[in-house]
Amino acid sequence: MGVKLLLEKANVPGIRTYDVYRREGGYVTAEKALKEMTIEAIVEEVKKSGLRGRGGAGFPAGMKWSFIAKPEGVPRHLVCNADESEPGTFKDRYLMEFLPHLLIEGLLISSFALGSNDTYIYIRGEYAWVATILEEAIEEATKNGFLGNNILGTGFDCRIHVHRGAGAYICGEETALIESLEGKRGNPRIKPPFPAIQGVWMRPTVVNNVETLAAIVPIIKMGGEEYAKIGIGRSTGTKLISACGNINKPGVYEIDMTISVEDFIYSDEYCGGIANGKKLKACIPGGSSVPILPANLLLKTAKGETRYMNYESLSDGGFATGSMMGSGGFIVLDEDQCIVKNTLTLARFYRHESCGQCSPCREGTGWMEKIIQKIELGKGEISDIDLLWDIQRKIEGNTICPLGDAAAWPVAAAIRHFRDEFEWHINNRELSQTSNFGLQHYADPIHVPA
Amino acid sequence: MSLQFNNEQMTEFKRLVVRYPEGKQKSALLPVLHLAQDSFGGWLPTEAMDYVAGLLSIEPIEVYEVATFYSMYNLKPVGKFVFEVCQTGPCMISGSDNIIAYIQNQLGIQPGETTKDGVFTLKLVECLGACGYAPMMQVGKIYREHLTKEKVDAIIEEYRMQVVAQN
Ligand SMILES: Cc1cc2nc3c(=O)[nH]c(=O)nc-3n(C[C@H](O)[C@H](O)[C@H](O)COP(=O)(O)O)c2cc1C
Ligand code: SF4
Ligand code: FES
Repeated sequence: MGVKLLLEKANVPGIRTYDVYRREGGYVTAEKALKEMTIEAIVEEVKKSGLRGRGGAGFPAGMKWSFIAKPEGVPRHLVCNADESEPGTFKDRYLMEFLPHLLIEGLLISSFALGSNDTYIYIRGEYAWVATILEEAIEEATKNGFLGNNILGTGFDCRIHVHRGAGAYICGEETALIESLEGKRGNPRIKPPFPAIQGVWMRPTVVNNVETLAAIVPIIKMGGEEYAKIGIGRSTGTKLISACGNINKPGVYEIDMTISVEDFIYSDEYCGGIANGKKLKACIPGGSSVPILPANLLLKTAKGETRYMNYESLSDGGFATGSMMGSGGFIVLDEDQCIVKNTLTLARFYRHESCGQCSPCREGTGWMEKIIQKIELGKGEISDIDLLWDIQRKIEGNTICPLGDAAAWPVAAAIRHFRDEFEWHINNRELSQTSNFGLQHYADPIHVPA
Repeated sequence: MSLQFNNEQMTEFKRLVVRYPEGKQKSALLPVLHLAQDSFGGWLPTEAMDYVAGLLSIEPIEVYEVATFYSMYNLKPVGKFVFEVCQTGPCMISGSDNIIAYIQNQLGIQPGETTKDGVFTLKLVECLGACGYAPMMQVGKIYREHLTKEKVDAIIEEYRMQVVAQN
């Protein structure tokens, strides 16, 4: 059993309620932070912890906090990013659904450290019942004096508000989220100014992911240094991974980042192996935006070393032979899956979610979907593959927000690693409509003898 | 003006608006549109959007541009129960295609259509954050996960019974 800092109590009956959470030691850390620690000391612990943002970009949380502007007389805001719309990602939902008070305790400590008297949770609109769970927990915390005015006699006021989005992946991007929180379309803003200077209502704002903010609780509880001892290198602490696809045990797992990808997929404590006795073909290890890897490159790096479930190891080899930790959405594909079809669904997703502000993204995502669809339907030409490559390259780096890159990368990686599957589709127009390319040389080198 | 929040809905409206700083009541637009859609039959006729604009003291165009941007707002009438089936990668590799085809067959409609009796609408949507519990769909405020043909039949039956009970 690995270390559990976030989900340790997830199975305690009734932990969703204030009473049980409190009985299990909940809000003790908030008391410590608000009564015994200074704002600087809290930020210092978060810096020492090495905690990296869990929303996908992995930016150091302590550093982000230290950027927040503090102009006299202007309110500051903490906004919790609970938009969670990256395909393959469902970890924040789990945390909020089962441990709402852990998030609220983390939000309280973080709001105190940032000086946010009104903190917002921006939750994707579809998680309607989760929003209700959070609102109930906020009410309980308020009744018990952990939210509201003059919390614990410290003079600090904090209210937490739940704000439901309405179906738009782009609102997970922090400046689009801010626009949406202001009641507008989710069009990302051009940076600078950064949210830390001018965010929601042009006030200094910090946007952090749900898991990042929940992790503040164990960090303050055990101290940043102790937290940093868990994990390896710059991958400190624990990470929630939502695993899905063709595995025996899909679900949300907390890992310390020293476990190998192989163990994560095959051990019974985690994914429990590939479902239905099938073989592993490929995996998208960090949410739909990150590069897909064939089994051989997933389990071992290009140098033949074991690949581990952490930021550094997952990106070992760069985009040529590696991928990314991303949001922790771990999507496993078995031997029966068609890479062209899978890439098509993702291309459609990004076309649907593009906000339309930049032409490379708006037009490019549309073209990529059309071309992949053509190939999928057995009507492609070999030149289409080069065309796809060209389009994705023209999107990457040429847009206001990273959604453009996020749309380009999955297509690029699919072609990079599975070009022969695309070619097979094109050269076998009829056959490709009734059967699959299969495993070929992508097979897992460890579990399938050559 | 016939569309209006009743007392209970008005209380909820007020509860939503006070969450935002004074003078920033436009921020409540998304939550208020959800409330309006829930209150006015599951979709947002122009009249409802104009009403919301009035309540928040903003221009109707500010409401229209938001309502058209977000996928959860229905700008056309929908059935009593909307089956929003996820079709993105993780669900697809877990068999959503078969489930979608099965629902189409059982309800006799294509995606985007509503059954003649006005009970069911089928919509294909993108990842709903339930990828580990695929195939799945959202119906109203709840998720129906780990769908199988048998489960789909039972769900359709369940909602049909609800309609019968209400009539
Ligand atoms: C298109 C797009 C979608 C995103 N979606 C999310 C999301 O759903 N949840 C999230 O926490 N961060 C998301 N992000 C990252 C946020 O912009 C931001 O970096 C993050 O919320 C910061 O929090 P963190 O530092 O705690 O990770 C997204 C970014 C992009 C470009
Ligand atoms: S990259 Fe795409 S989603 Fe991002 S701002 Fe440009 S058009 Fe909008
Ligand atoms: S892909 Fe269907 S819920 Fe995520």
